[in-house]
Parts: sequence; C-alpha cells; structure tokens
Amino acid sequence: MSRLIVGPFNRVEGDLEVRLDISAGMVADARVVSPLYRGFEAMLVGKPALDALVYAPRICGICSVSQSVAAARALAATGAVPLAANGGLAVNLIHAVENVADHLTHFYLFFMPDFARAVYAGEAWHADAAARFAAVKGDAARDFLPARAELMNLLGILAGKWPHTLAVQPGGSTRAVSRAELARLGAVLAGFRRFLERTLFADTLEAVAALSTRDALLAWAEARAVRGDFAHYVTLSQAVGLNRLGRTDLRHMSYGAYPSAEGPLFPRGVFRHRVAGVLPVDRITEDVSHAWYRAAPDGAPRSPRDPGAPPDAAREDAYSWCKAPRLEGEVAEVGALSRQLVAGHPLPRDLVARDGATVEARVVARLLEVALVTMAMERWLRAIDPAAPFIDHTPLPAAGEGAGLTEAARGSLGHWVSLQGGRIANYQIIAPTTWNFSPRDAAGVPGPLEQALRGAPVREGETEPVAVQHIVRSFDPCMVCTVH
Amino acid sequence: MTATSEPGRPLRLLWLQSGGCGGCTLSLLGAEKPDLLTALTAANVELLWHPSLSEATGGEVRVLLEAAAAGDQPVDILCLEGSVINGPGGTGRFHLMAGTGKPMRDWIAAIARRAGYVVAVGSCAAFGGVTAAGGNEVEACGLAYDGTRAGGLLGANFRSAKGLPVINIAGCPIHPGWFTDTLLQIGAGTLTPGDLDEWERPLAYTAHLVHHGCARNEFYEFKASAEQPGDLGCMMENLGCKGTQARADCNIRPWNGGGSCLDGNYACINCTAPGFEEPGHAFAVTPKVAGIPIGLPTDMPKAWFVALASLSKAATPKRLRDNAARPTPVVLPHDKRKDSA
Repeated sequence: MSRLIVGPFNRVEGDLEVRLDISAGMVADARVVSPLYRGFEAMLVGKPALDALVYAPRICGICSVSQSVAAARALAATGAVPLAANGGLAVNLIHAVENVADHLTHFYLFFMPDFARAVYAGEAWHADAAARFAAVKGDAARDFLPARAELMNLLGILAGKWPHTLAVQPGGSTRAVSRAELARLGAVLAGFRRFLERTLFADTLEAVAALSTRDALLAWAEARAVRGDFAHYVTLSQAVGLNRLGRTDLRHMSYGAYPSAEGPLFPRGVFRHRVAGVLPVDRITEDVSHAWYRAAPDGAPRSPRDPGAPPDAAREDAYSWCKAPRLEGEVAEVGALSRQLVAGHPLPRDLVARDGATVEARVVARLLEVALVTMAMERWLRAIDPAAPFIDHTPLPAAGEGAGLTEAARGSLGHWVSLQGGRIANYQIIAPTTWNFSPRDAAGVPGPLEQALRGAPVREGETEPVAVQHIVRSFDPCMVCTVH
Repeated sequence: MTATSEPGRPLRLLWLQSGGCGGCTLSLLGAEKPDLLTALTAANVELLWHPSLSEATGGEVRVLLEAAAAGDQPVDILCLEGSVINGPGGTGRFHLMAGTGKPMRDWIAAIARRAGYVVAVGSCAAFGGVTAAGGNEVEACGLAYDGTRAGGLLGANFRSAKGLPVINIAGCPIHPGWFTDTLLQIGAGTLTPGDLDEWERPLAYTAHLVHHGCARNEFYEFKASAEQPGDLGCMMENLGCKGTQARADCNIRPWNGGGSCLDGNYACINCTAPGFEEPGHAFAVTPKVAGIPIGLPTDMPKAWFVALASLSKAATPKRLRDNAARPTPVVLPHDKRKDSA
C-alpha cells in the first residue's frame, strides 16, 4: 500500500486535494479534501434580507446566477412573492446561459485537455486530440472562447453583466426587454446554435437530442463525415474506456430546473436502479463527523433549516471543509447526469443501465443537456411578452422561512433562509459539489467521488494518475461553492 | 534572482487563487475584441500556470511553485485572485494550499517578493472584498490593503522587482478589459506609477465615474427617480446607486457586449472601492438624512447639490417625470415639426 497526495488539483473551480491509497495498481481508498473555508453563511446573518442578492452570487464566480436564483427563490418563499411570468422566462434564460456556458467551459477548458497529456503519447489518437484539445494551445479553446463570449452577450442585455448580476429578484427580473431587444437576443442565440451545430456537434441540436441509446450514440459518432468535438469525445471515451471509469451506484437527485407555467423543463425527483421517485426534501441533513466543524453535542446531523455548525480547524478526526450532505441518511449523486436520469431522457438511462454512472455518462449527459437547454432557450425567448411586467413588487415579509432549490450546471443547489425583523436570522447553503465531494459520514460511508475513485487504475510511476484526473473532473466540481 | 525581461522573451505569468469566488477569471474568459488568448499573445505573455487553464496539476505545480518561491523560476507577473486568508487566529489554516499543507498566504508572500509585477485581480485580492464582509470570520485582507488600511499581506511599502506597488485591478468582478489593458501595458513596458490612482488602481478605468455614460443621465439631471427595482429613472435617490461616486468606466466600456449594472436596471454598489462589501446600509436602499441622500456625487458641495436638485426637479420635463417610475417608457422624444407639417 502506498499513499499519493494529488494537489493542487487544477482545472476545477477552486482548490482541491485528493489523497489516495494505492494497492496493486489501483486506488484502494480515497479522501477528498476541500482545503479552503470562506464563511458565507455566517457573513449573511444580520444582513437586510435583500442583501442576500448581493452576497450570494459572490459565493461562486462560475455558478453565480445559480446562487442568485436560489437566493431569490428562498426569499420569495418566505412570503409567497409571486414570480412575474416574463420574469420567470427572463431568469430561465439568464440561468440557462450560465449553465450552458459552464457545461462547455468544463468540456473545452477543464476536461478535454487531459487527453493531450504525455502519458497518452503512444496512442494512435494522441496527436489529433492534443492538436485539438491541449490546454491553452489547442485549436478548440481558440474556437470556444469567442463563442462563449458571444453567448454571454445575451446577459449584457438580460442581466447587465455576468457574473454577479442583481437582475434576478424574488419577483422576477429587473430588466424588461423590448421587441427590438428580443429580436437581437434571438440573433445572438442563432449564432450560438450555429457554433454548436458546426463545431461541437457537427449535426443539428434536434439530432443530438434524439439519440436514445449508447449503440445509437456510437453509431452516430462513427458516421460523422465531419467530426465535431462531441463525436471526437465519444471516440476517445471508447479508446480509453471511460465507460468503465469512475463508476458509482448511488441514488441520483435533482431539485428540478427552469420552472414555467407548464412545469419545470427538468423535474424534481430521485432515480436509482431504473426507478424514478419523489425527492423527500425534508429528509436532507448535513453531517460534520469528518469535517472541520464543531458537531452537535449528540453528534446528530443537522437540517439546513437550523443554524450551521461553527468551524473548528483543530479537529484531528476531520479532513475537509466540505460537510457531508445526506438524503434520508444516504449518499446521493447530483449533476447533469442525475438531472437527465430523473428527467427520463433515454440516452443517459441506457448508459447507466449498461455501465452504471461513469465518467463517460457524466460527460455525455452534459453535452446532451447543452442541446436540450439551447432549444428550450429559443422557446422561452419566443414566449416573452414585452408588454407584460417582468417583475412583481410584492414586498418580502419581515419574518418567515423559505427554501430556494435549483440546479446549477454541476447539480442541486439549495439555500435555506429565515428572516426576523427584515433581517437574515439564519442562512444555510448546500452546494452541488458538497454532495459529490462530501467526506465520510458518521457511519464511515464515503462521498460519491470517494466511491467513484475506488478501483481507478494507477500506472507504474504515475504521481498524478490520469484515470483519477478523468474521474475527478467528470463531476465538474466547484470547490468555491462547496466551501462557501 | 529577480525577474527581468530581455527584449522579445515572453513575460511569464503565474496566477494564484485564494479566498475568492473565481469570478474574475470567469469574467476574463469573456474578453472580446480581442479574446483572452489573443490578448495574451499581443501582450507577449505566456502562462506559467493558471489554475483553470493550465494542463499541469499536483506535483508538477508544486515543483513550479517551490522554484518560484526560491527564485529559481522567474515570475515576471504574479496575479492573485481572491483574498489573502489569515484565519483562524492568524494561522492561515482556513486555506492550506492543496498538496502542500502550508498556508496559501505564505506561498503568495514568498512568490510576490520575487515577482517583477504583482497584480491583485479583483477587490478581494486588492482590499479583502466580499470575503472580508460581516465579521470577517476568516480574517481576509488584500495584498497591500486591509480594507482602506494600507498594509495587507505585503505591507504598505511593498514594491515589486520592477519598482511598482501592487497593481490593484479592483472590481467585483473585474471587467475583462481592465485586466487585458493593464497586461498589454505591462507587456509593452509602459505601465508606470503615474498610470495608477490613489488606491493603485489603473487609471485606464478609474479615471472615470460609473456615472459617465450612464444611459439614465437625463433622469439624473432632472432628479426624475426610479422608485422600484426595474424602473427607468435615476437610481441614486431611492435605490442605492453609487454611480456618481464609484470609479470605473462601466458605462463607457460595455460589459458582455453591451450591458452594465445600470443598464441591467439595478444599482451600482461601488464594487471597485475598498470596503464596498460593508456599505452600512441595505445595498439597494439609499440612506437619507432629511430626505437628502447621504452619499452625494463626488466633488459636489452639498448646498449646491440641494439647490440644483430642487431647481431641476421643478424643471423636470413631463416625459422624464412620467417615465422615471416605470419599467418601459410611456412618453417618447418627439419632433414637433412633424405635428405642424
């Protein structure tokens, strides 16, 4: 048995350390360490209620709008503030731009560059992959960054700026848009669709959304006359065996995303072993048995409706600033794959039925979602009525409790707030990566990444095992959210 | 050995992150005309390492950082994003750099003392920023300031190898252009202390007030005020807007192709200033004494402001009065010659 410490683990959002016990050429055990604490929950206590809209997005520069949406929904829920219909559509668009941009930032800048690593230099596919995806120097980054910047132009109009907008409010969006602006937004979105259909997919969004099985996906990738980056990924995934890497067998969870009068685009629920179910939100707790926080006297996990545990850096039995959220006492996985499994899309359900939740499935689900959400954005844009209000001005109550549950690109994000005298009395946040990168709980059960890393192959002499890199990044972690 | 640049050799940039949200990097990725990679090339800058962009990870990075701290690996430009974290109790344990077990603060200080230029990217790295809000439980500060107090991690008298103080590209987040302009000037060797303001922020963007170029200027002139979030009128009187005091070119240099906070119909919160994170009032509500906002425009004598405000309020055109408290205009500019034609 030997011990490896991988850190700073980069091309994730924020600082990360992974400790590995290696035995017989594979990872025997893993501990995931979030090494930074920032204290946002304590910071918010005592602030005027609406100030949460200034502080919350600054928890995270990559999930900024998701934090705003969670905060706005939590505040609205303290007093049942209605959401103006246009505001709901505008906020969905703002949120979707961030989530789609995040999926692609993950794909192009964080995940794919690992195929350019020297460890793969002997593979027949390496030269192509490196030319396309090498960090900073590859062609793909040069194609992607201008496309991403143009997509963000939607937010210049709809949200003033990104990240850290104040346009997202409990009653809707501050920014009404005119008919002329709707037309301009449509043109920007058309440009983005063209990037996806030429560069990422080399096919229509509709064709990608219609892929329903792994066999169909592989056949589609094989048949591309012009290979887009998604098909390139599918061939690399087969070559490396990403469908055998980072496997978990956990309950998947989604809070549901993009609400509308017809219901959310992606529903709330859980999924495991081919069965979808209802998400018991009230059965979410946080355990701090292995995190640097002072546990309750009875050691019991806490509800996010209650005040959080204070930090305690001196604890010898802890190894992370990340708490361990549990659903009905169990580990749950979150993310695009979980969201699409709950939503019932046939492709991720087939991938998981065959191989379990793996690196391959997590990445495929993300790109599938890019196609699905971009098409939804076009519908939301058409549904906006520029003559109707974008915001409802119903004031917040002085006292009340509310939860704001939404989906960031990387999974389920919840804010729980209680107000007294118009000020924040308690504020608790459980971020997506807190679920996925949680440490062990009181029963010693490791978090999703810790489970996914077990069995990962380690080559002779590897100090930053490439398999571990694929697995860790397949979750698209956001450490700055995790350690709010 | 200090970093000196012989002509033609690319400047080596090392980017570190500590107590922040990563939003300045994410904003920077949205650079336009040119895009970020083109701007780096134009500035003759190569990345030694950036946490979000570079291939190297783990041990490869530890070797690089140890060499940089020892002076064996020249660093021409050190960028820090996020606050310096000193807590709890001055130990720095709230951020031990992954893989090293050592406070991030100590890595930053060691490398900063070797670097040619030291750049604080964002208000956290410059002054402490949002990470220092509330009771500042994590004991966050900036590289050369703790809020408005000179000092911070490196001390008030810190000068980098090139003889400059820490360059504070303050903002929450930064506009990508604020960073690329500064980098292009560093690359060209033209950045001098005279290009920095009293908080060592680049004058390239802080020579302006956010008020400059605000599309609501006419409402401001006639004191036609917004009342609710989303209204078209001036947001200074009621909604907490600090655009007449805040230093930045947000309404001259568009965000994300064409926006700004004010164009988004929400208040400027003065995010380029030290201490913005604790304004002492609700961010979106203007504090007033006897009905007059406490925070008056920069340089404006109070008596004159009150006198001019009452005069201009009396002279407000109907168009502005009717439009100010609405989300979309009900009265538009109109050429009267058309009516008599």
